[in-house]
Amino acid sequence: MGIARPEVLVIGAGPAGLAAAIEAAEHKASVMVVDENVRAGGQLIKQTHKFFGSELHHAGIRGINIATKLVERAVHLHVSIQLHTPVVAIFEGVVVMAKEEKVLETIRPARLIIATGAIENAICFPGWTLPGVMTAGAAQTFVNIHRVRVGDRVVVVGSGNVGLIIAYQLRQAGSEIVGIVEAKPQIGGWGVHASKIRRMGIPIWLSHTVKEVRGDDRVRTVVIHQIDSNFHPIPGTEKELIADTVCLAVGMRPQVHLVEMAGGSFVYEPVLGGIVPVHNEIMETTVSGVYVAGDVAGVEEASTAIVEGQLAGLAAAYSLGKVSRPAFEERRNAYLQALEELRSGPFGDERKEAKRRIWNHYDQLKQ
Amino acid sequence: MTNLSNNKFEVTIRRCGVPSDEELVRCPGVPNTKRLHQGPVAVIECVEEIPCNVCEVSCPRGAIRIGKKITNLPMLDSQSCVGCGLCIPKCPGLAIFVVDQSGKDIDKVSIPYEFLPLPKPGQIVTALDRNGQPVCDARVERVNNDPRNDRTAVVTLLVPKGLGMKVRFFWLKGEEQDVQRE
Amino acid sequence: MKSEDTDRRIYEHPILGPLKDGKKCVIIVDGKPIEAREGEPILAAMLAAGIVVARQTEKRHEPRGLFCGIGLCSDCLVTVNGVRNVRSCVTLVEDGMRVETQAPEAAQWG
Repeated sequence: MGIARPEVLVIGAGPAGLAAAIEAAEHKASVMVVDENVRAGGQLIKQTHKFFGSELHHAGIRGINIATKLVERAVHLHVSIQLHTPVVAIFEGVVVMAKEEKVLETIRPARLIIATGAIENAICFPGWTLPGVMTAGAAQTFVNIHRVRVGDRVVVVGSGNVGLIIAYQLRQAGSEIVGIVEAKPQIGGWGVHASKIRRMGIPIWLSHTVKEVRGDDRVRTVVIHQIDSNFHPIPGTEKELIADTVCLAVGMRPQVHLVEMAGGSFVYEPVLGGIVPVHNEIMETTVSGVYVAGDVAGVEEASTAIVEGQLAGLAAAYSLGKVSRPAFEERRNAYLQALEELRSGPFGDERKEAKRRIWNHYDQLKQ
Repeated sequence: MTNLSNNKFEVTIRRCGVPSDEELVRCPGVPNTKRLHQGPVAVIECVEEIPCNVCEVSCPRGAIRIGKKITNLPMLDSQSCVGCGLCIPKCPGLAIFVVDQSGKDIDKVSIPYEFLPLPKPGQIVTALDRNGQPVCDARVERVNNDPRNDRTAVVTLLVPKGLGMKVRFFWLKGEEQDVQRE
Repeated sequence: MKSEDTDRRIYEHPILGPLKDGKKCVIIVDGKPIEAREGEPILAAMLAAGIVVARQTEKRHEPRGLFCGIGLCSDCLVTVNGVRNVRSCVTLVEDGMRVETQAPEAAQWG
């Protein structure tokens, strides 16, 4: 049973959405979270590996367990979580959702936080439509949530953290990993994730891409070839691999449809996945009262998603008069400091700069 | 992934996925040869600056230092470290090992392991190097799967003397990846 | 390795632990009864039984199956109890459900 008119409506029950709901509820706002999935937790419920960061960021805990903790905390704070309820439209001040995909309902929240995450990219090659070619996320969903093997011999395309992690997880689930194909001349993800793969003898083919996939009712072989510094194939370098599955781990982009419907403005930031909603440091979009948090605001990590969720929840609660100014400033500064830390080092610097550009853009638009 | 010049030394892990011997020698988490021959000690093969300090928090003797900037590479105080191995299952990157090169005929290597089936003490396995290449047979001395380690088992292998800084993984006999790749 | 006839569920997993005993049911896919577990989507039961083709495309009759896994791409559409275009990757099984891997539909007007 939901709240008839929540002060804060959060769309998305992933790490960002749940963190936002928890923060707003801690400041005594009435909060409803809706999610199209039948389970809460977003991408966390597929992450069987232990997280990095510091104690503040749930480091050392497996993603699946972080999800459980967040849901428990939200429920404890009387946040109403409506699952299997996709949001189908947003008009001015009104959100339309399909409760359990059966009945349309409209809600007029005082504040809206959109935390719809990211969707996976795909690349095409001849044979990409064959059963057996799937996104990395699809493989993760079916193996880690539904507990079904998706294939026995897997080629992973993409050596970012997603590709490196899915290779490890599929190996844990009993599949063999034929290898990882990477178009760039260096590995995309963190060294430690790559080392876990390499010590098992799994090859990472740099400067390679898929030429075609062959099969009848499913993938039977995968032909890869080398590419030069302009990404052009080098003739004569083809290798045909015996495989029944190809996992595409070629990046993600923010899932921004609802932000668009809500009237938000956008910028193009390749570092953060592509088209990103313009927002300020406290996660408010150019539409007053509408906030974003997590991968929808730029593809990063679960740790940054959680802190951005906290910022958005805090900002929403503050704007509703639920937080004193000194308390707001103290918490806001702590969260911004946490994000600084998470966005540091050679892997984080680019994202830090990209976020700064987005915040500046917000200032310019709001002048 | 462009500018890596913030890191202290050129990183070949970017190209191979494996730290080079040179990177390991210069890595502040890797103890020197003298200490390795004195008894069990942690070997933290963490060569890239990522925000993470779980190992620092996990050491009961304070032998691992990262500091306020959590992207710093972990530094091992190898004299304080007694090689207890509590840090091994804690590292989210599975980058920590305990190596003991003080024995006469054998070295010991403790390795984080998250696969089934778990080996049993006494079992002979095929020991692999960082590139997954077989280097020797090894005997399993001990398998620690304490529930407090949250499903990261620690397997201690006995390997021929001198291979303690080479061996970093293993296959069970008969479970080798059948990779007729082409 | 012919995998079509084996049970492709993951019963033991080093992190997720043993697969819990769940309430089972039966769905009928192209006339063949297959075992399903309560709470799982249709495509999971199909993949567990080794069925990877969900439908054939309209023009060229090419096989399609799991692609995005989260109900966005429309590759996995099947016909359920006579209703076409059901997303098998997110629609949960129900006991006795009749699933047909979706054949191309002849174009019709009027």
